[in-house]
Amino acid sequence: MSTYSVIGTRPIRHDGADKVTGRALYGADLQLAGLLHGAILRSPHAHARIIKIDTSKAAALPGVRAVVTADDLPDSGDRMVDLGEGETPLSFIRGNVLAKGKVLYRGHAVAGVAAVSAHVAEQAANLIQVEYEVLPCVLTAPSAMADGATLLHDNLMMKELGQNTGKPSNVSEHFRHLMGDPAAGFAQADVVVERVFDTATVHQGYIEPHNATALWNNDGRVQIWCSTQGSFVVRDATACVLDVPVSQVKVTPMEIGGGFGGKIPVYLEPVAALLSKKSGRPVKLLMSRRDVFEATGPTPGSHIRVKLGATKEGKLVAGEAYLAYEAGAYPGAMVGPGAMCVFAAYDIPNIVIDGYDVVVNKPSTAAYRAPGATNAAFATESVVDEIAEKLGVDPLELRLRNAAKEGTRRADGPKYPRVGCIEVLEAMKNSDHYKSPLTGPNQGRGVAIGFWFNVGLPSACTIAVNADGTVTLVEGSTDIGGTRTSIAMQAAEVLGLPAEKVQPTVVDTDSVGFTAVTGGSRTTFATGMAAHDAAQDVVRQMKERALKFWKMDAATPVEFAKGVFTAGDKSITWNELCTKQARTGGPVVGRASVNPRGVGGSFAGAIADVEVDPETGKVTVLRFTSVQDAGKAIHPSYVEGQMQGGSVQGIGWGLNEEYYMSPDGTMMNSSLLDYRMPTALDLPMIETIIVEVPNPGHPFGVRGVGEANIVPPPGALANAIYHAVGVRMNSLPMKPSAVMEAIWSK
Amino acid sequence: MASKVRVETTINGEPTEFLCEPRQSLLECLRDVLHLTGTKEGCNDGNCGACTVVMNGALVTSCLVLGPEAQGARIETVEGIAKGNQLHPLQQAFLEEAALQCGICTPGFLVASKMLLEKNAQPTEQEIRLWLANNLCRCTGYDKIIRAVQKAATQMAEVKA
Repeated sequence: MSTYSVIGTRPIRHDGADKVTGRALYGADLQLAGLLHGAILRSPHAHARIIKIDTSKAAALPGVRAVVTADDLPDSGDRMVDLGEGETPLSFIRGNVLAKGKVLYRGHAVAGVAAVSAHVAEQAANLIQVEYEVLPCVLTAPSAMADGATLLHDNLMMKELGQNTGKPSNVSEHFRHLMGDPAAGFAQADVVVERVFDTATVHQGYIEPHNATALWNNDGRVQIWCSTQGSFVVRDATACVLDVPVSQVKVTPMEIGGGFGGKIPVYLEPVAALLSKKSGRPVKLLMSRRDVFEATGPTPGSHIRVKLGATKEGKLVAGEAYLAYEAGAYPGAMVGPGAMCVFAAYDIPNIVIDGYDVVVNKPSTAAYRAPGATNAAFATESVVDEIAEKLGVDPLELRLRNAAKEGTRRADGPKYPRVGCIEVLEAMKNSDHYKSPLTGPNQGRGVAIGFWFNVGLPSACTIAVNADGTVTLVEGSTDIGGTRTSIAMQAAEVLGLPAEKVQPTVVDTDSVGFTAVTGGSRTTFATGMAAHDAAQDVVRQMKERALKFWKMDAATPVEFAKGVFTAGDKSITWNELCTKQARTGGPVVGRASVNPRGVGGSFAGAIADVEVDPETGKVTVLRFTSVQDAGKAIHPSYVEGQMQGGSVQGIGWGLNEEYYMSPDGTMMNSSLLDYRMPTALDLPMIETIIVEVPNPGHPFGVRGVGEANIVPPPGALANAIYHAVGVRMNSLPMKPSAVMEAIWSK
Repeated sequence: MASKVRVETTINGEPTEFLCEPRQSLLECLRDVLHLTGTKEGCNDGNCGACTVVMNGALVTSCLVLGPEAQGARIETVEGIAKGNQLHPLQQAFLEEAALQCGICTPGFLVASKMLLEKNAQPTEQEIRLWLANNLCRCTGYDKIIRAVQKAATQMAEVKA
């Protein structure tokens, strides 16, 4: 029985009317007086030295107002900067914004132009003459790691198990997690399975291309309007790159048309600001779809080896993983999270995990929904399925026997608090889907599970009380999928108001305290917690106001329940007290800042039924169920939406999507026709089962549901294909040609 | 710069005239010239459906139509779907069914779904999937969009009955 009146209901989102009428303003929709339009010249080569850039013809084209190159960026030297995802050298962030000295991938930005129209700017960009010395390129982790491989960075020294080797390398880091005694563990095993897997680079595929508009004002302040997951990260990164104090940059987050992790880094913002500074006018930059593919941050391709050992009783006793992830042009391949997640769903006493962060001549990778975990889970879940088959155990049963639980230690250190892995597996086992038979030949069913640890990070929130009994809630988390509402609902629950009486607004960086990115499944968890705490602050103040209104002693206890404040024989409704604010001390404004420690990781599972066409290798998904531990589903419709969206991205990753690279480092399929994301016609309905194992670290038990759901689908599909046609797929995507080759070589 | 062309057209029932360069697409004209920014650009090459509008009774991706081609045409965009303050049943159903997350593809889906229901008042799930296969959504996995279209169809049939 729910004790809540708002949490767990399905109100209409607060920004709904704007978004179904076309009124919601996304970054590209912004119009400003005197606005100039920009274009970026990008490298046609995957790896080349820039000998000379001649911008004179571009600058001379009528209508052109400014041209910039890396030489226009301030050279404030190099230092480590932390933008919320660990430390990165400033030179790498700056170098990715505008290439200096070398281009490291096809699409790398080389110069920017601002002109009276986008067409003129594009024309001018094409008039910029760049002389390149083309260099050999490396495109995969194994080739970049090979002896004698071409080096991307002369100054990138490999870090080996925490020690700087001083040796230039494409491997920025090799780390290891070791727990127990893997050799002894494998010696106890009756069944050992070891397999090698490769996964292709894939893109988040948000429908809205990146955009940024900047005005470098005459007072030195830089204003930016853009599509981002984190306005404060844009502020801080842009300030670093432009070498101005963060207080001089104001970022207004426009509505955002999808991100999935890819809209955290800055690409266009500093260039638009430089063009504005040079031209004295606001400048808007928009990416084309091709730019999005070639020059933003897809997720790493990877080369993975996983070995697992189990006793004949079905107990996993040892695990070994080798993870080499392609970072793209600059280090930071999300192999760390991959290593945290590769065996995270299992209680295995003896584990060794080796992770390699490898630079290659492809775009610098960014986060993509549980970054690093999906690659790893594809490998682990395939091997677990093979072990279940060898032992003759139901694949869910084998997982249940080894499921991570409270007290299980992960190889990277943490010991789990209360988690919902077992509950997710039981929900899968008890689902209508798992109990229903398959209905035809060449059909198979696969299961897989996955984990994402979720994050906390800072959020701030204020709530002002209106005389009409409503409240306005101010927050800094850009709303990608309905979080205005899931945050407002948590305040509404505390205040005893319906969700509609809390009006949430996402504001710019001058108008709210620092709030970290909408990412890491943190927004409903952390900003929701800030809203909860700010609402409690409002209640506390309103109790004081009630006592003032009653002229009672300030120490008198006041009760607040069902919209009524009570002290002794006095009572006043919320609505009435709201009208008494002016005469009891002025407006009531609650505030809260959080940096929550009680982050609750989320487990998810997938059941996939497929039919494989033995003539063509095409895999059709017949039925799909996504199961996830939400902790507590604040707005179940949007929780289901996250699960369905993540599942379908996982299906696309599993079956179709890849950066199809030519040997010279050109992405051959940089359009939405050839980079084939799932359409409505490719899919069945996506069934969802929300599991709720409350997170003790959140007042309502929220864990965060944005990510874990993408982790299991490729593994579940691989296992389903095996059970349909008897081939074990060891690379993603499992496209028709790959499935056919596997069938032929059976 | 090429000289501009004068185009007379009808947009959401309103006679409208505008000036555009011959190389500007209808999408650019709607967004940048007429400031009807409800129609979105996702790819600018006809593959994502975010810029879908109705032109003379047919669905088109407005990024693949040139502005001057709108001469004498009847154009319908997302801005014309609601009647005054009254949301269309599809808009209402999209909200009730949570059929949008980020919302960038929503205008295209609404325009396309409205035409589907005008041609086929009670489409099956498969018919909806086939019709909407021109429109990409990356957030929802389409499930809730399909349900919203089904719900709107049912409600519109009830109103008629």
